[in-house]
Amino acid sequence: MAVVHEASDAFNVREHGHHHDEDALRIFGFWIFLTSDLILFACLFATYVILSNHTGSGPTPADMFDVPAFTAETIILLTSSFTCGLATFAMHHGRRGLMLTWLIVTLLLGLAFVGLEASEFTRNALAGATMQRSAFLSAFYTLVGTHGCHVSFGILWMTSILIQAWRKGLAGEIPGKVFIVGLYWHFLDVVWVFIFTVVYLMGVMR
Amino acid sequence: MALHPSSAPHGGKRPFPWSHMVGFILSIVLTVAALWAVLARALHPGPLTTFILVLGVLQIVVQLFFFMHITESEGPPWHAWMLMLGFVFVVAIVAGSIWIMSFGTEAY
Amino acid sequence: MNLEPTYATHFFVTGDPMIYAADVSILLVSAAIVFVLTYFKKWGWLWREWLTTVDHKKIGIMYMIAALLMLFRGGVDALLMRTQLALPNMHFLQPEHYNQIFTTHGTLMILFMAMPFIFAMMNIAVPLQIGARDVAFPYLNAVSFWLFFFGALLFNLSFVIGGSPDAGWTSYPPLAEVPFSPGPGENFYLLGLQISGIGSIATGINFFVTILKMRAPGMTLMRMPLFCWSVLATTILIIFAFPVLTVALALLLIDRIAGAHFFSIFDGGNPMMYVNLFWMWGHPEVYIVVLPAFGIFSEVVATFSRKRIFGYASMVASMMAIAIISYFTWVHHFFTMGAGPGVNSFFAVSTMIIAIPTGVKVFNWLMTMYRGRIRMTVPMLWTVGFIPNFAIGGASGVMLSVAPADYQYHNSYFLIAHFHQVLIGGTVFGMLAGMYYWWPKMFGFMLDERLGRWAFWWFNAGFYVCFLPQYVLGFMGMTRRIYVYPAHMGWTEWNFISTLGAFMMGVGFLLLVADILYSIRHGERDVTGDIWDGRTLEWSLPSPAPHYNFARIPVVTARDAWWAMKEARKRGEALPDARPLAPIHMPKNSGLPFLLSLSFFVAGFGLVFNWYMLAVAGFLGVGLCLLLRSFAEDKAYFIPVEEIARTEAALGRV
Repeated sequence: MAVVHEASDAFNVREHGHHHDEDALRIFGFWIFLTSDLILFACLFATYVILSNHTGSGPTPADMFDVPAFTAETIILLTSSFTCGLATFAMHHGRRGLMLTWLIVTLLLGLAFVGLEASEFTRNALAGATMQRSAFLSAFYTLVGTHGCHVSFGILWMTSILIQAWRKGLAGEIPGKVFIVGLYWHFLDVVWVFIFTVVYLMGVMR
Repeated sequence: MALHPSSAPHGGKRPFPWSHMVGFILSIVLTVAALWAVLARALHPGPLTTFILVLGVLQIVVQLFFFMHITESEGPPWHAWMLMLGFVFVVAIVAGSIWIMSFGTEAY
Repeated sequence: MNLEPTYATHFFVTGDPMIYAADVSILLVSAAIVFVLTYFKKWGWLWREWLTTVDHKKIGIMYMIAALLMLFRGGVDALLMRTQLALPNMHFLQPEHYNQIFTTHGTLMILFMAMPFIFAMMNIAVPLQIGARDVAFPYLNAVSFWLFFFGALLFNLSFVIGGSPDAGWTSYPPLAEVPFSPGPGENFYLLGLQISGIGSIATGINFFVTILKMRAPGMTLMRMPLFCWSVLATTILIIFAFPVLTVALALLLIDRIAGAHFFSIFDGGNPMMYVNLFWMWGHPEVYIVVLPAFGIFSEVVATFSRKRIFGYASMVASMMAIAIISYFTWVHHFFTMGAGPGVNSFFAVSTMIIAIPTGVKVFNWLMTMYRGRIRMTVPMLWTVGFIPNFAIGGASGVMLSVAPADYQYHNSYFLIAHFHQVLIGGTVFGMLAGMYYWWPKMFGFMLDERLGRWAFWWFNAGFYVCFLPQYVLGFMGMTRRIYVYPAHMGWTEWNFISTLGAFMMGVGFLLLVADILYSIRHGERDVTGDIWDGRTLEWSLPSPAPHYNFARIPVVTARDAWWAMKEARKRGEALPDARPLAPIHMPKNSGLPFLLSLSFFVAGFGLVFNWYMLAVAGFLGVGLCLLLRSFAEDKAYFIPVEEIARTEAALGRV
């Protein structure tokens, strides 16, 4: 019976303290964290959807969104999710150098994404569309900004793991850490796809 | 979850990440399709919204299966069940909020 | 906007004699603690044994102490309110002081009493019941505790620094927005809850993983003790509900400190969206705090009736059903918003439906007692006291769920009586039952039964005297949060009786404290480890359990695993465990959870007063702690076989 099998796995975790089993535990725990984070974004989306036509005296979504800019952000983030997947794939096959390369590429793409988003925010804010202007703008900056903060945190986190993998190789806890930061990165990609759809595409549709 | 590399390389051949390639191409195609549909006003607003939301859901499927390897787990896939429950609650939060907060905007 | 000058002049709360008295007592108590620790050279002990511990049993004890302290403070708030309301036109409290007190009373009781109390019971019992050596992520467990601790500290600090929040425990905008609540009180509320909320989410994830992945071999899900099932249901709710609170609080904070317009009345904001989000968390939250109580009652009833729990599978099914359905009932907290007949009908029906699984459980407890050999110990008293209490509270809940009738009950004392009946009668009774039940397991001695009975009867009788009149007051039109009422309303007698009841409950609490103090000296020592003749695995261990819990991980063959082992032993079928001892892998203590949470506290304090430099310093501290942990190498160790053998021998278990 599957449950017995799983229980004896849990038993092994503590009996042998093996990295492999602890990794499995952490990866499982991280999946659960992601389901929790999913709810966080769901609430921000709900708030955005409710408030997106409460533009007050400020600009409407259609006035603000720049198709080439948000398309570029989307393509960059999708590509970074792909390169991050390649890094995990290289790690699975024991190719440390290749893994480090793909992680660095992912980081650079992540930085480019955050840079583009920051310039989009700055441009809008300088044009007077600040988050104090209307409920729509409050919700927009908060939803997209929360995602941007997640990506920025991911960049710092991935850098820290990159340094550890550089120094220690693929031993011990490193593969588990790389896998987990990869899950995080793909998750942010999923969230962005919905920001792209609900915020930007539906915004220019109106 | 096979995190640690197996000591024997696969017959000396360099492995190629086919599934990642497929996933990446699919995600780009889905994005471009959504963008095209909106910019070309391919459908009326109602069906168009549904269409791009469906494309978004397909993107989730691509990320989950091609990149995040959701099917890999030791023992029962509790994380997949939790994720499904999570999606149910996401719909409850977003659709429920729209339903509840649309009071006063209804024509009655 | 620049509110700095007002903040600076009002940094310390002044002008109220009660606050001065509190200032003095805080200073005296702090000085006494510092003196005692220094005089007995206990600083090192405090740091090594408690502040840096990752042991779930010690973390559970710290949660419990914190919960009892908060129960005291929240209780004093309640007595102040009841004194103010005892007679018409009283001027015992200033109006704004009264507002602060009902705000802090509600917030403390739900978030800083009920939550840590359930976490205490989870930490103390779950790993022992499933045959594990610790939770899945012991380090994260310590982080959770310290985040709770510093969140609670930040919230309580508002009492003497800056001024308490006064917009109600629900903190509805627009009242909670800057124009109507300009002081730092609301910021204390928002940040204190936010910091402890992060810890709650982490605990939810931690125990979910622990229960699903750390069970002893043979302990299938359907062999788990019902308390573990209740915790599993609760963790699912925490994982899915707490992020909603995080968002609601964060958006209100952004409104307040960055001048955004989520919930303001101008520029398109929608205050009802906050209410919507708040209750989307708030309704699951009441089940988060009551489900573990259901679990405890199930354990207690089975143990003290000497019977297997009646209808185990239906208990499991009903808890899981509650966990899911409770996510679909939130609008019943604001039927009067007028969201239209469709919305109100849906949520009225879902609210009525959730009463069904709850009713199933009551019948199961009664059927477990039926023809059982019942021992009326103190935990059993709290359990038996709970049943009529919860039945009345549940029935009044069904009355409230009828949307058209709710327009009459809404925000009246009828509602107050209802939710106190389910939260005190359910959660507080449950946690006290659990405290008395597991106390010997925590400390190795029992709480005195005689004093315990006195405490129970004063509290239980006081409860009815306090809250039954409030149902009547609700029908007579008395609304919640009013500060004075005129003499001719006919409310006077009922209010006076209610106040008497509140003080009876206060006596009950004092007797409880007396019981603890008395028993530390004179309580019966538990030398067997199985002082109640228990049924589940925690009673197979010595009291208190060694820090690695199980020298050999038990192999489970039946539900009520320890009872089955004892029965097998009686029949002479059990062979002694011949498995050799093996070195045990355990996590090392760490000071980082404490420092990480302290950094969050510093950041939170900075944000409360819009001191951004301090906030940045705090967040840098958070980042540094995270990095130090990520780079840490030496996080675990092995307990050698000889040491295990020595410990087991000293405990009389060879």
